[in-house]
Amino acid sequence: MMMELMFVAMFVAIFVGIQYFYHFINIKNAPSIQGKDVADHIERLLPQTQCGQCHYEGCRPYALAIASGEASIDQCPPGGQQTVTAIRDLLGKETKFINLPLNQEFNSMVATIDEDYCIGCVKCINACPVDAIVGAPKQMHTVIKGNCTGCELCIPPCPVNCIDMVPTRVKTNEWVWEKPEPAYRESR
Amino acid sequence: MSRQLYEFPGGLKFETFKEITATIPAIQHPLPNRIILPVRQHIGIPSVPTVRKGEHVLKGQPIAEADGYVSIPLHASTSGTVIDIGDYPVPHAGEHEATCIVIEPDGKDEWFDIQPTDDYLTVDPKQLQEIIRSCGITGLGGAGFPAHVKLNEGVVNIVDTLIINGVECEPFITCDDRLIQEKAHYVVSGTRMIRHAVQAKHCVIAVEDDMPKAYEALANWIDDDIELIKVPKRYPAGGEKQLIQTLTGKEVPSGGLAIHIGIVMHNVATAAAVYRAVTRGEPLISRYVTIAGEVETPRNLQVLLGTSVNDCLKACGYEHNDEHMIILGGPMMGMHIRNPDIPIIKTTNCILVKKLEPAATELPCIQCGDCYNACPIKLMPQELYRNAKTDNFAETQQYHIFDCIECGCCSYVCPSNIPLVQYFRYAKSQIAAEERRRDGADLARKRFLEHNKREQAKIEAKRPSRPVIETSSNPSMDEKRNYIEGAVSRTLKKRSKTKKILDKRNSD
Repeated sequence: MMMELMFVAMFVAIFVGIQYFYHFINIKNAPSIQGKDVADHIERLLPQTQCGQCHYEGCRPYALAIASGEASIDQCPPGGQQTVTAIRDLLGKETKFINLPLNQEFNSMVATIDEDYCIGCVKCINACPVDAIVGAPKQMHTVIKGNCTGCELCIPPCPVNCIDMVPTRVKTNEWVWEKPEPAYRESR
Repeated sequence: MSRQLYEFPGGLKFETFKEITATIPAIQHPLPNRIILPVRQHIGIPSVPTVRKGEHVLKGQPIAEADGYVSIPLHASTSGTVIDIGDYPVPHAGEHEATCIVIEPDGKDEWFDIQPTDDYLTVDPKQLQEIIRSCGITGLGGAGFPAHVKLNEGVVNIVDTLIINGVECEPFITCDDRLIQEKAHYVVSGTRMIRHAVQAKHCVIAVEDDMPKAYEALANWIDDDIELIKVPKRYPAGGEKQLIQTLTGKEVPSGGLAIHIGIVMHNVATAAAVYRAVTRGEPLISRYVTIAGEVETPRNLQVLLGTSVNDCLKACGYEHNDEHMIILGGPMMGMHIRNPDIPIIKTTNCILVKKLEPAATELPCIQCGDCYNACPIKLMPQELYRNAKTDNFAETQQYHIFDCIECGCCSYVCPSNIPLVQYFRYAKSQIAAEERRRDGADLARKRFLEHNKREQAKIEAKRPSRPVIETSSNPSMDEKRNYIEGAVSRTLKKRSKTKKILDKRNSD
């Protein structure tokens, strides 16, 4: 009698264990999305700076490259660790990645043209991936701050070095409250 | 007819220290040396300055115009010269600077040509709303939502009850109490005007039961058309959602507005401002402010907007020093400011001076549930805290963080001294920042796509059309054969090359 009970208990335990194991594996490994819209989903997670630091010509091409398995998910410095984690969660596989420094300063820099030195060469306008610079040949150029993604692509082409990256001023209504920091140490 | 009152959950009962300032008449604060008027004194889009530096303005003259629907114009508080339009410190928890119009008064206090509306009852409600907007009236209760927006909602939707809120539940603040005692007629007439503007079926003025004099003053002026109700003293009975629940038993739906359940609520001071705007055409240029706490003569002042906090404190015999701290608003929801040279704006109701004490040490949460019992909207502060602390913002939204009114009851009762409200504000502002980030990314993506499309079109336009192979119009068979053979041999050559490469790769 005792033996039988023990057997039953063992079977139940193993069964439950296997179930749990599969459940766990499913959560970790099953891709949450499938098919051709993978690239679309990945693109949504990218910061859209269009800076090309991933060695692709913008966020969309990089998303396509990740989706096809060609690129690794850790090539986006502006997105930082947050983006890497988000893509990993999306793809749901044991994707290899390195730990990038978490980017807190996200989108906080914009290009500014020193208008006194601008010669109106249009080179930066051609370089800007999001059309955030206005101007015309031999006319002064200026950056539309609200549209600048801070990609820095306009800086190298400038022949007179008149473009600088400056931190954006936090607007009064866009200010973020500080997080309280308790003095005690969290025990784990 | 007496109305049945209901109770809202949670809340606190504590000493309110109002007797000191509620019994002393308010005095008119003298003309300051400098008036600083921020262009954004309300929730919404900042107004756009319409005057230039050096221009002479008159009292009540519009100096900035509304920019969009949720925006209102701004008026000069006194006559004088605009000496600067630029960035100055404004009342803000992050101690920010914002665009302000600075006026140096000429001392004449000369009025601009303002026009009264003859008889408000003959005026179309829509037009009344426009008058209220052009006088720059925001909600004077604290949030500073432009009054005409609330009124318009009332015009568009059917309003069952208009509630005029005279319940000042925060300790120390008595500016509405004094206003009712001194200008009860304004409040009652203003109430009738707002009622006409929103065409409300019922109309209620609510005061707290520890404001007996204000109650009496209102009772002298009201008729059968308005109900005057005393609500029991409890914090936060004056919050919009809580007062609606007390008076009607209805709850404002999560994420919804009062108008969704047929209610419009305005503050008593707003009603008084509406009265002034309609009967005299007078814009909102001054307000009652309570100066309380550790000052020599705590009292209410009638202050021109743009007067500095420091001037008001000096009028009550207080010089700012390091041993005290200044709170704008009440002790529960007010903000701590370090620079007293900021201006009084439309939403400033109280300046409270307190002894500076070291902040209580924050200890770990012990899951006692006191915060849950104190919460007036039945949120679960302990869960919100746990998720906000670990930056788990999606989860905080599951726990309805945006229904939190930041009343501070949970922080007040917490035995571990956890600044819960600050955690919630942190989480809320982070979620909002994330949303802005996403919007920015969407915009950038759209622009990038358009940019690429255009660039592509440029390249297409430049590329020469396909070269035409020059062949004689009637080629002989030999020519044709040569041409085909040449093509075949080229293809074969190419193929063998790639094959070699592939073979090499495979062997590797």
